[in-house]
Amino acid sequence: MGTAMANLTINGKKIEVDVEPDTPLLWAIRENIGLTGTKYGCGIAQCGACTVHVDGVAMRSCGVLVSEADGKEITTIEGLAADGKLHKVQLAWIEHDVPQCGYCQTGMIMAVAALLKDNPKPTDQDIDEAITNICRCGTFAQVREAIHAVANA
Amino acid sequence: MNQHVMLNRRAFVIGTAAAGAGLALGFNLPLGPTVARAADGSPEVNAWVVIRPDDTVVIRIARSEMGQGSLTGLAQLVAEELECDWSKVTTEYPTPGQSAARGRPWGDFSTGGSRGIRGSHDYVRKGGATARLMLIQAAANEWKVPAAECSAASSVITHLPTGRTTTYGKVAEAAAKLSPPSDVELKDSKDWKIAGKGLKRLDTADKTTGAMVYGIDFKLPGMLNAAIKDCPVFGGKLKSFDEAKVANMKGVKKVVRVGDSGVAVVADTWWHAKTALDALPIEWDEGPNAKTSSETISKWLAEGLEPSQAAFVGNQNGNAMAEIARAAKVVEAVYNYPYQNQATMEPMNATALHTGDKLDVWCGTQNGEAAFATAVQASGLPPEKCDVHKLILGGGFGRRGQSDYVRQAVLIAKEMQGTPIKLLWSREEDMQHGFYHPVTQCRMVGAFDADNNLTALRMRISGQSILARLRPEAMINGMDPATFQGLAPSGEAAIGYSIPNLLIEHSMRNPHVPPGFWRGVNINPNTIYLESFMDELAHAVGQDPLAFRRKLMAGHPKHLAVLNAVAERIGWDKPPPQGVYRGLAQVMGYGSYVAGAAEISVTDGSKIKVHRIVAATDPGYVVNPAQVERQVAGSFVYGLSALFYGGCTVKDGRIEQTNFDTYNSMRISEMPKVETILMPSGGFWGGVGEPTIGVAAPAVLNAYFAATGKRIRSVPLRQQNISFA
Repeated sequence: MGTAMANLTINGKKIEVDVEPDTPLLWAIRENIGLTGTKYGCGIAQCGACTVHVDGVAMRSCGVLVSEADGKEITTIEGLAADGKLHKVQLAWIEHDVPQCGYCQTGMIMAVAALLKDNPKPTDQDIDEAITNICRCGTFAQVREAIHAVANA
Repeated sequence: MNQHVMLNRRAFVIGTAAAGAGLALGFNLPLGPTVARAADGSPEVNAWVVIRPDDTVVIRIARSEMGQGSLTGLAQLVAEELECDWSKVTTEYPTPGQSAARGRPWGDFSTGGSRGIRGSHDYVRKGGATARLMLIQAAANEWKVPAAECSAASSVITHLPTGRTTTYGKVAEAAAKLSPPSDVELKDSKDWKIAGKGLKRLDTADKTTGAMVYGIDFKLPGMLNAAIKDCPVFGGKLKSFDEAKVANMKGVKKVVRVGDSGVAVVADTWWHAKTALDALPIEWDEGPNAKTSSETISKWLAEGLEPSQAAFVGNQNGNAMAEIARAAKVVEAVYNYPYQNQATMEPMNATALHTGDKLDVWCGTQNGEAAFATAVQASGLPPEKCDVHKLILGGGFGRRGQSDYVRQAVLIAKEMQGTPIKLLWSREEDMQHGFYHPVTQCRMVGAFDADNNLTALRMRISGQSILARLRPEAMINGMDPATFQGLAPSGEAAIGYSIPNLLIEHSMRNPHVPPGFWRGVNINPNTIYLESFMDELAHAVGQDPLAFRRKLMAGHPKHLAVLNAVAERIGWDKPPPQGVYRGLAQVMGYGSYVAGAAEISVTDGSKIKVHRIVAATDPGYVVNPAQVERQVAGSFVYGLSALFYGGCTVKDGRIEQTNFDTYNSMRISEMPKVETILMPSGGFWGGVGEPTIGVAAPAVLNAYFAATGKRIRSVPLRQQNISFA
């Protein structure tokens, strides 16, 4: 026990956080750093609501420990927009009116942004394989439509 | 001089003259010279409409937004009658406390039963229309001309003879001082310009940036976090816990007994609270249900299928028993439907601050007024010292109509007065402490004469009543009318078939697992039972399932119209592609007529691929077609998730499924696009969030039979080793 410090780089900023190294990155982001756009859904890396980018790779932050994130570049939904401009995936989400309750959508957007970075023109099958986030409202048709819209823009 | 009560940042300043009993809904507040004001000082034209000097229109929405889009739809209805500029519209929630203090000017807050729009379209439109007339009158007064010479469009009022104009923002202050007109005429839907259009939702932008504050995200200075465990066996109690074992763990502030069945750890962060809670030694008194299992429940329900067992009659004509006894051919089958968890993506949570003489709660709830009543009761304070501040819901599906988590948060906050407490359930707690879709079984019996005409249908449902547990006041002589959703002789959930001899009964068996409203409610099992069995009957006499249904639906033209629409779109009269098979289903629920058709292929008898889904809906009126389409498609995702992956099982008195690894949900790869047909026929207002879910499962099950010749009568498919391809 006692204090433990972790050095995290979140959305381009180096932050020293007083948090135990075995804390899931999700909770360090939400509670110690205070960025709540990254959501808790399951805690067992099943649902994808907590998806962030770790060194550019989409990861479920509930399954990543703070100690494992040390020294890596972490991007949360709050850091996806650059220079005050929304990311093209966020813009497509607005244009295609994708979210219903919206709770899973920040994780969904992070997963899609990572997919499009690696594969700018994904096929439906690419989408099926890469996007495995749960959406209980059932926004999948709009998600797919918005991904293709970004790819074809 | 107005007397003001400042409530909070989201609240309004209310002239006390407005308080009092017996006021009609908010378009008719007898404010006299007193002007009610929003927190920023802008005048309230009436309870629904606040207009700022910059012409921003703030529309109050009493129903909760949980993804279904009714926040936008209700705003469209108000704006339509208000004739305001849609680009200047924003919304806010009134609080239940304010509503109580003002005599419920916003009516019912409850957001369930697909009621958001259909339950309030009339008075919200009157709210908009009344405000428009007052704004026009205020402009006319200023110009000293008759109001009849003025008209309003897009927030601009024009004096027609002279062409003079002014804006809503400029006259709102004067309008707010006027007496509201008593009679207003509403537009014909054919003249709608804002309502009836597929406008974009008003709440999207913040949902794409992480800025939207759900209950789980709410923060107050000095706030502590609580994690909770309730007795894993429903009806059990908390015996003891050993606080000393966790008191020194990092961040732990206190361990609190919550009611007679729960214990919570309060800590600086929720992760610390949860970590300590997991380490806390707890002894439960598991009570009388500790041995109950799905098997014991199933056995008990099966007894209720026997004709000798007492049952409530929900629909009956002719003499089905006698007709079955003398029939040329009898077809019989037994079906069942399991418990289901709503599994909202955002687990249950609420934040409460109890100061000793005042209580505030912030949470997502489908029923603000019920949450308020629960909070008042748990707080020990008078209602006027309490309020509930609603936040956007990370899913509802019926679960957040219950206020158990609100009660817990208030009880914890009451033990830690002056400190805001955010209670958050783990997913495991959420999976195991729900209000579950009730469990039922159903024996279906159909009788044919020698010419293969269906002469009788008997349907005996055995199982759990939701209303008996949650709304006993709505029971009718011990009968739960909601059990017969989709099967009733008439009303908003009427059966779509005329059968000469019909008997539909419910033998009530109420296991200890709490039942609740789960999107679609009893439409889910009832439509599987009836629509699968109609298919069975058709096949039993070698008839086409569509043609067989049509013969029985002549007296139900609206049911038939949606069924015909999906049959035509899916191409029922032409053969499907090689290896693809089709199924159909229809039902009426929540005042709307819906039908679905599916095309699937099956590999090895156990791997299903859904290729196409067509869904038709006649909800009477459509306020936002884009949102209705999303509700219809989402109903298929929710309904097919339950069919393939759902099902909560009981062992040792508790629910076995604890997370999405054991209670899974469909992914994008498994879900085809839903082809939606909206066919509003006018003259009635039906809901759209729920009815379609009824047809999702039976359309696929009927297609599965077409593909394999095997009839599935039990949900979920995972228990029969059937999965998505």
